[in-house]
Amino acid sequence: MKFYRQAAWDEPLLNAMGRKGRKGISMPKDQFPSSTLRIPDRLLRKEIPLPNLSQIEVVRHFTHLSQMNFSIDSGMYPLGSCTMKYNPKLASRIATDRKITGLHPYQDERTIQGILEILYRLSFYLAEITGMSRVSLAPSAGAHAEFVGGLIIRKYLQEIGEPAKDEILIPDSAHGTNPSSAVLAGFKVVKVRSDSEGLVDMDSLKSVTTKKTAGMMLTVPNTHGLFEKNIAEINSIVKEAGGLMYYDGANLNALLGKVRPADMGFDILHLNLHKTFATPHGGGGPGAGPIGVVAKLEKYLPIPSIEKQRGDPSYFLKYDLPSSVGRIKGFYGNIGVLLRAYVYILMLGREGLSGVAEQSVLAANYLRKRISAPQYSSPFKNERPKHEFVLTLSNEDLTASDVAKSILDAGVHAPTTYFPLTVRESLMIEPTEAEPVENLDRYADVLEEIAELSVRNPAQLKGSPRHTSIGRLDAVKANHPLTMRYKWTNVSDRKKG
Amino acid sequence: MLDVIGVSSIDDLFSDVPEHFLWRNRFSIPHAKSEYEIEREIEETLSKNVSYENLCFLGGGCYSHYIPAVVDELASRSEFLTSYTQYQPESSQGMLQALFEYQSMICDLTGMEIANSSMYDWATSLGEASRMAMRINGRKKILTFDNVGHERLQVLRTYTMSLGMNLEIISSDIRGRADLHSLTEMMSEEVSSVYLETPNFFGIVEDEVDDIAGIVHQKGGLFVVGIEPISLGLLREPGTYGADIVVGDGQTLGIHMNLGGPTLGILASRGDKSFVRQMPGRIIGSTTAENGTRTGYATIMQTREQHIRRENATSNICTNQALSAVTACIYLSLLGGDGLGELARSIASKTQHTARLLAELPGVAMRFESPIFREFVLQVENSSQVVEKMSTFGVGVGPWLGRWYPSLRDSFLVAISEIHSKKDLDFLRLTLARAL
Repeated sequence: MKFYRQAAWDEPLLNAMGRKGRKGISMPKDQFPSSTLRIPDRLLRKEIPLPNLSQIEVVRHFTHLSQMNFSIDSGMYPLGSCTMKYNPKLASRIATDRKITGLHPYQDERTIQGILEILYRLSFYLAEITGMSRVSLAPSAGAHAEFVGGLIIRKYLQEIGEPAKDEILIPDSAHGTNPSSAVLAGFKVVKVRSDSEGLVDMDSLKSVTTKKTAGMMLTVPNTHGLFEKNIAEINSIVKEAGGLMYYDGANLNALLGKVRPADMGFDILHLNLHKTFATPHGGGGPGAGPIGVVAKLEKYLPIPSIEKQRGDPSYFLKYDLPSSVGRIKGFYGNIGVLLRAYVYILMLGREGLSGVAEQSVLAANYLRKRISAPQYSSPFKNERPKHEFVLTLSNEDLTASDVAKSILDAGVHAPTTYFPLTVRESLMIEPTEAEPVENLDRYADVLEEIAELSVRNPAQLKGSPRHTSIGRLDAVKANHPLTMRYKWTNVSDRKKG
Repeated sequence: MLDVIGVSSIDDLFSDVPEHFLWRNRFSIPHAKSEYEIEREIEETLSKNVSYENLCFLGGGCYSHYIPAVVDELASRSEFLTSYTQYQPESSQGMLQALFEYQSMICDLTGMEIANSSMYDWATSLGEASRMAMRINGRKKILTFDNVGHERLQVLRTYTMSLGMNLEIISSDIRGRADLHSLTEMMSEEVSSVYLETPNFFGIVEDEVDDIAGIVHQKGGLFVVGIEPISLGLLREPGTYGADIVVGDGQTLGIHMNLGGPTLGILASRGDKSFVRQMPGRIIGSTTAENGTRTGYATIMQTREQHIRRENATSNICTNQALSAVTACIYLSLLGGDGLGELARSIASKTQHTARLLAELPGVAMRFESPIFREFVLQVENSSQVVEKMSTFGVGVGPWLGRWYPSLRDSFLVAISEIHSKKDLDFLRLTLARAL
């Protein structure tokens, strides 16, 4: 633990490094300098206040920055609900091939048959894996798909003559994107409480399910890492009220190959390919959030769809979908991400895919058992964690933040903290199937050491992290709009400009 | 491992899953293969694609540009690529500083005060900007012009209809520009925002931007401007003519076309408190650490976001396009202000030259007589067949505009960039002549 040191460059901002006359790249020269632009002078800008740098300065700057950034390739990253598993390098190599990167979205369809074939197959593999009837690859992320899912529910209810249904049920443990997406799709959010076991409280569910219920958004296993064992009953309560069931796929890693969401009765779902299907998360994105539906909802999926006619080898994009909820982004989807997920599926194959849930749940349960210090306790009774587990800190002096910052000093990433909101001082740990058992042991040891330190020398925890690029940041100071860019221009200055 | 857990089999770990929900079948997905076999198989499939390479003249919101080797090299460093959102800023300073620098550069490029750290793409940025405007002024009507990207309009509709907003579209004038008379007539105190693109979807540099801003502001509306960032190496920054929110796509800043995704949604705005509070998405700010002795970066103003504000958040966005933003930041650092200015100028002059070159051909005309930047609308008979035919000759032009505009069934777009040499342009002309 004490030997880890993250690089700490005192890296200036690019703006402070810029010098007149420098250039990092030479682009082809203007071949027609005498050509008249015909753009009136008053529409031309006077200056471009971007720094001019040499190439080596740019390379060193971003190399230094990268060295101050923890990643999966640097070490264990058990961020709960984020499924930070190893990202296979083959997927990246294929996704950065000229055969894909140089394609323009408005090319003649006959010239993009290869990628359309792959996308078409991917959508059917994902349908097979989830049990859904059809999958659209258009959404850019999970939250994007949730919004689309909300629109599908709305459109479906309108078409069957139930426009008054305008409430979506969402457990208090849900991701914040669920209620936010539901509101943007035009619904009111009704909260469902969790019970003492960390599951949907059935009485609470029954009391809030009414004829206004349009549907329910549910994460399974939920964000407590627990399987909703009453899922069959939950489904029938919502469906008897005429609502649809939406499956938030953030935690599908716990069920992949073991349980198919459609078989549990879900009508709509999204997958986070940057979680379950091992595409790199890029420090926050891009990701991809394919959305799958049961047969009766297929016609509402976003435009365009990728189609193939029986007996005809060619693939095509279909735009004429009158019942669709519409277009949700420019072009077709995050192709570079989708292609990586396709590679991942082929690498695992049918055998490997079936083992994802088992291996990830095994790892989480093992790690949970290896943590025995009394400072960490389970917030729920009778728990049987799936791919992740939640701990709560029982010692008043030891905060989740202290634990997280201290973990960073060991050269591994912290768990998710202060989420779910239902648990105080929470740590949410998801090791994934990718870590060798020695790393799970080491992580448990680090947690135990921190617990021990909290008794022996609590001040040391408060002073962490010490071995990261920078010490604990002043969060209050950052929360001022003047800090959002390197220099602040006032509105009045701008107008004069 | 099972012994430590205290169970006898992995199945015991799933004992809370009802038996009948367990999937006992095999997926109808191919058997696992070796890396080599997979790579070969996918390469074979991808070989069915045709890339036009230096003969790609397609436009319409996605453009072929040269991407410096440094950009790919740095942006694919695994420390950036395989990291998550910066929930622990002390160990994620690299991404945070890069995103902070991206925000700063976008502000400087657009002339706006604040920018977020990315949206999915231009179209969704527009959707978010219109929702933001509604929250700021409480109005629900959006006005825009039929010369903005058609697919963006579709997304705008999807993004706003469920919130009870409505969209009215103003026809452009015969020169393909925003029609000020119609705008003046339709502008009212019910209008939340007016959306204009410049250069617009037809490649035309909008002429009356100052006047449009005046008309919008006079009725208390917000002026949302859509841009393609390289054009801002030449054209006035929207902040100088009264834009309240700026949206656009950063694909041209070092991001491969990838059949249109992932790209980069740009969103910048004025810095008034109400704008800051209503901005969607993540924002990175600078702060200090270690008793004020060092500068560091962190995600700020999180109380706007879904993970805290839930149903009252400014947006549902969580995963965004962070790596694309870093890519754009690297690209802009390489070019610098001087390089970007020269690049934009060279594209504009080459576009002028090419337009003239092609319009000299018999049967070919410029559809609109207006200043252009990087693309233009060409009018020929049987234009959709001409586009198809040129594709078979290995030259990509388009999109054909009849797919969205009944009045432009005889027209298609041609886009020009630094990748096109004089030889390429001559070949384009020759191919067009053959395809007519």
